[in-house]
Amino acid sequence: MNPKCDRCDRPAEVHEIDVKKGVQIHLCRECAIEAGFQLPDSPPVTKVLSDLASMQVQIATGSGQRASSCSSCGTTFGRFRKTGLLGCPQCYETFAKQLEPVIARSQNGAGTHVGRRPDRDADRADHQALRRSILDEIERAVASEQYERAAKLRDRLQSIAEGPAS
Amino acid sequence: MKLERGGPWIETGGPEGDVVVSSRARLARNLVGFPFVNQASGDQCREILRLVRTLDLSDHSMQWLDVMDLDDADRQLLVERHLVSRNFIDADTPRGLFIGDGERLSMMVNEEDHLRMQVLLPGCELREAWRRASDIDRKLEQNVELAVHPRWGYVTACPTNVGTAIRFSVMTHLPALRMTNEIERLRRAANALDLAVRGFYGEGSESTGDFYQVSNQITLGVSDADLLERFIETIVPRIVEYERMARRMMLDRSRMQLEDRVHRSLGLLRSARLLGVEEAMKHLSRIRLGVSMGLLEELKLSTVQRLFLDVQPGHLRMNNPDLSSPSTMVNPGQTGEEEIRLRRAEIVRNALSS
Repeated sequence: MNPKCDRCDRPAEVHEIDVKKGVQIHLCRECAIEAGFQLPDSPPVTKVLSDLASMQVQIATGSGQRASSCSSCGTTFGRFRKTGLLGCPQCYETFAKQLEPVIARSQNGAGTHVGRRPDRDADRADHQALRRSILDEIERAVASEQYERAAKLRDRLQSIAEGPAS
Repeated sequence: MKLERGGPWIETGGPEGDVVVSSRARLARNLVGFPFVNQASGDQCREILRLVRTLDLSDHSMQWLDVMDLDDADRQLLVERHLVSRNFIDADTPRGLFIGDGERLSMMVNEEDHLRMQVLLPGCELREAWRRASDIDRKLEQNVELAVHPRWGYVTACPTNVGTAIRFSVMTHLPALRMTNEIERLRRAANALDLAVRGFYGEGSESTGDFYQVSNQITLGVSDADLLERFIETIVPRIVEYERMARRMMLDRSRMQLEDRVHRSLGLLRSARLLGVEEAMKHLSRIRLGVSMGLLEELKLSTVQRLFLDVQPGHLRMNNPDLSSPSTMVNPGQTGEEEIRLRRAEIVRNALSS
């Protein structure tokens, strides 16, 4: 049933249509990776993205202004180029200059977010910290078999989000 | 693990259900204070799980699954139900999954991003899918701090998802466009509109069963509301109309050939003794077309829709728990693979028997 790979005789696992030439492409796993296809279990980066990123690095060479690694998580731009993944939210600041054209290209030229943002009226950072400390307390209460106290803490956990903001 | 018999996949009768099988809204979110999953330590991943699994995210009951504890059979089921990605299920980082509301709602914790949630509804129900996903998003942001960049919006591990970090998609059944060789034109048009067209199981999967999943590629510079309107007002109606036009054309110009194909497929599935999954999907697709067009009045759309799921390897095993044990084979000389094809044929024959 399955077509064979266009380049060798192994069974094809990747099926794509080349829009420009109007032909179907069938490739086995090995040939697909070689041709730059993104497979379900390969690092989630399109070849376009990594090509673009390497272009950017070439352009950036010698400018001396661009960061080489993120101070928050240690990710280097070279690592991003390989995996297509940034290491933390801070990377967006660290590599802002290099990322700008990469993002613009993958987003059809768009450069600024429009629309929904988290509601910042209430201080969510506090909520997150509070949740963590209550969770710690619950764990301590359970460990020392103070189940009533744990139950009360659980109720408190549920009520955090039901403050004035909700 | 307990899963319902098929979740939203087997429900039919949703809006535009002859063409649109299901609608999905997906959101990626990350928490402030943690690296993305690819750079997070085991302890950091576990801390994220701890923070998230205690959240009360939905009015509907939510089931929490510790993915690390699931066996291979359960993992396969989750993938076949479109509840998780293959990457997620095969990874070895600490991770978990929320499932709620009869599988309409699911959230992967510690996939590529800390949180990936989806709302999946039968038929063309994108607006409702988005409403429910938004509700959960609001509940999330009341409890945890979500990572947002002043210029690029919601940040994600892969920069191609920044901005709204939303993917809308519809799973469409387009057998008439496939038969009339119009799929290529649809792909080109979709490409021009910055839409991705993928197969039944996403990236890299060929469109078995003539299912095509259409989703937005752009997440930056267009608001969630505008994108939603674009799908509802333009994209989905055009695809639906295009497919229906092709169906009408076949009915007008070559009714006999169409009926012949549909009935041959039914005959084959009612008689086959050994069935591969792709062969089953191919003929089920024609039967689905026949039922949708009123050419096969003795069959229900829901029967056919359920079979698309029941012929998948994981579902076959779930419904036939004895399958993996060699002693129960009808013919002990058979290989495991042949036994599976034999059972698949049996299930399809029984469901379609007149």
